[in-house]
Amino acid sequence: MSAIADPPGKPNYEILPKTNQAGEPIGEFLEISMGPHHPSTHGVFRMDVVLDGEKVVKLKPVFGYLHRNHEKIGENIPYLASMPYTDRLDYFCSMTNNWAYALTVEKLAGLAVPERAEYIRVIMAELTRLQNHTCLIGFFAQDMGALGTPMMYAFREREKVLDLFESVSGARMMCNYMRFGGVRCDVTPEWLSEAKQLTDGYGKFLDEFEALLSQNEIILARTQGVGVLSRELAVSASVTGPMLRASGVNYDLRKVDKYGIYGRFDFKVPLGEHGDVYDRYMIRVLEMRESIRILQAALRDIPSGPVMDPKAKLRGLRPKAGEAYGRVEAPKGELGFYLISDGSPNPYRYRVRPPSFINLTILEDMCLGHRISDTVVILGSVDIVLGEVDR
Amino acid sequence: METPEQIKSRLAPLLPLAQIDILPNDCPAGERSLLVDPAHALAAAKFLRDDLQLRLDYCSNVTGIDWPDAVIKTKVKKKVTVEGVEKEVEETMETPRPGYLEVLYHLYSMELKHGPVVLRLRTANRADNTQLPSLTPLWRGAEFQEREVYDLYGVIFEGHPDLRRILMWDEFKGHPMRRDYVAPDDYEYEPTPHDEVLDLAKKHYPPEVKA
Repeated sequence: MSAIADPPGKPNYEILPKTNQAGEPIGEFLEISMGPHHPSTHGVFRMDVVLDGEKVVKLKPVFGYLHRNHEKIGENIPYLASMPYTDRLDYFCSMTNNWAYALTVEKLAGLAVPERAEYIRVIMAELTRLQNHTCLIGFFAQDMGALGTPMMYAFREREKVLDLFESVSGARMMCNYMRFGGVRCDVTPEWLSEAKQLTDGYGKFLDEFEALLSQNEIILARTQGVGVLSRELAVSASVTGPMLRASGVNYDLRKVDKYGIYGRFDFKVPLGEHGDVYDRYMIRVLEMRESIRILQAALRDIPSGPVMDPKAKLRGLRPKAGEAYGRVEAPKGELGFYLISDGSPNPYRYRVRPPSFINLTILEDMCLGHRISDTVVILGSVDIVLGEVDR
Repeated sequence: METPEQIKSRLAPLLPLAQIDILPNDCPAGERSLLVDPAHALAAAKFLRDDLQLRLDYCSNVTGIDWPDAVIKTKVKKKVTVEGVEKEVEETMETPRPGYLEVLYHLYSMELKHGPVVLRLRTANRADNTQLPSLTPLWRGAEFQEREVYDLYGVIFEGHPDLRRILMWDEFKGHPMRRDYVAPDDYEYEPTPHDEVLDLAKKHYPPEVKA
């Protein structure tokens, strides 16, 4: 191993002395390490926060506690063997992770997906979006001090979705369901009618959930005008998903790329006006309502037929040399995979573009000037999963 | 969306000294990429971001790739005269390729909803000259991703505001995503090897050292 020189510039660690306008020292800043075991950090995530009284003057996210070099593992195993590993990225949304990876390999190897499998993928992805957003709002209310009740309501609904996943894939969270050129197994008519029942009842649950939360005085006080993210900064910082759309940028990959069969569905892309935490909450509620519309259309129109491309080769897949970047609109933002094939059974390079990792870039910008208690709410509204941030 | 050739033809007159190449991609649906030399990378990236027809305001993905020293084998057909008879013989040409690190930027436009344009930068070698200009001043979204490439590959981004390790801990030595990285026997901080680590360590200790 050859030595690499130190990076230029000083590490941004030292605490500056607190001075008044004339430059004389007054009082002290307080540096605290928030996390990695703080319950509000949704996992093992740490923030180095420098406080002036209760006001945040500097905040540096520190992560890597769950780092397992997912990308290196992906380079040392065949293409198919990486599929179960993708479940462990964002462990709330294994279905969309599977889809993103399958989509990229299909692009790399030039595989087609049968019609029925495309519908099943849309159904799974939208169910995933429903349960992810529901849980997020539950956690988010918990972060603001509503201990227990909203989260239990959210988890009650999530259980129903997980039961559906379990009955089709055998696993509740680590589904490992999609394959290159289709999905692993077909869904039964009973499963479809159960999914339809859940979808039809979900709007009622959302009404109830919203009646409890959307106009709640504490939620309004804690979220409106907090953590504002401007449109320009959001675009420049590569923020994606509901975070971006809450800042008013109309960019949803289901509309832009129309991957899979999303071009066939009629749905709206909700947009925020202020880019604050309340908008991010509201965007997720509205997105769930659009997901219900997509689900209803998909469950109505799903054709019969095969669910795997008969020509697709799973084991010993050797795509021709080349490279491909594929991306989907995961519930947390743009989830991308970048693969380089050199013609061997293992990818030469396997890269994951994790949305919640990149969405954390502007955490400091959103928190500056707010109180320490607001950082908890702002972090909750980013929607991170550390399995994906640390990889 | 313009093809890489069209982008190159508009970019080349603006940066007459820059070396811009278009790299092929054999994957049927894959995008070809623009390779720009490090000295002009920042100016080229600024053009891609600010040009009115491109407006690539969104830097989606930043990736490092390690290409170690390799020998590229190409088959060439040659005519050889053996005992007065002309024969066609296939010969294998071996050209050594010095190793380098590569950084990729996948650029999209949120405003015009097109993309991607793939921008590639290459370092001079893998050992002592791994500097590349940072594109974080142009796209804030590259900040954490360039830190990750520095951490895992050892590319030093000049002009990056806060270049520190991000996924590995600060005291970590080496860059684990490099192809020739060898993991230490034991990551725990403990100077004397023991148990199964001792067996591993014995394999590569010099014989006179009794661990």
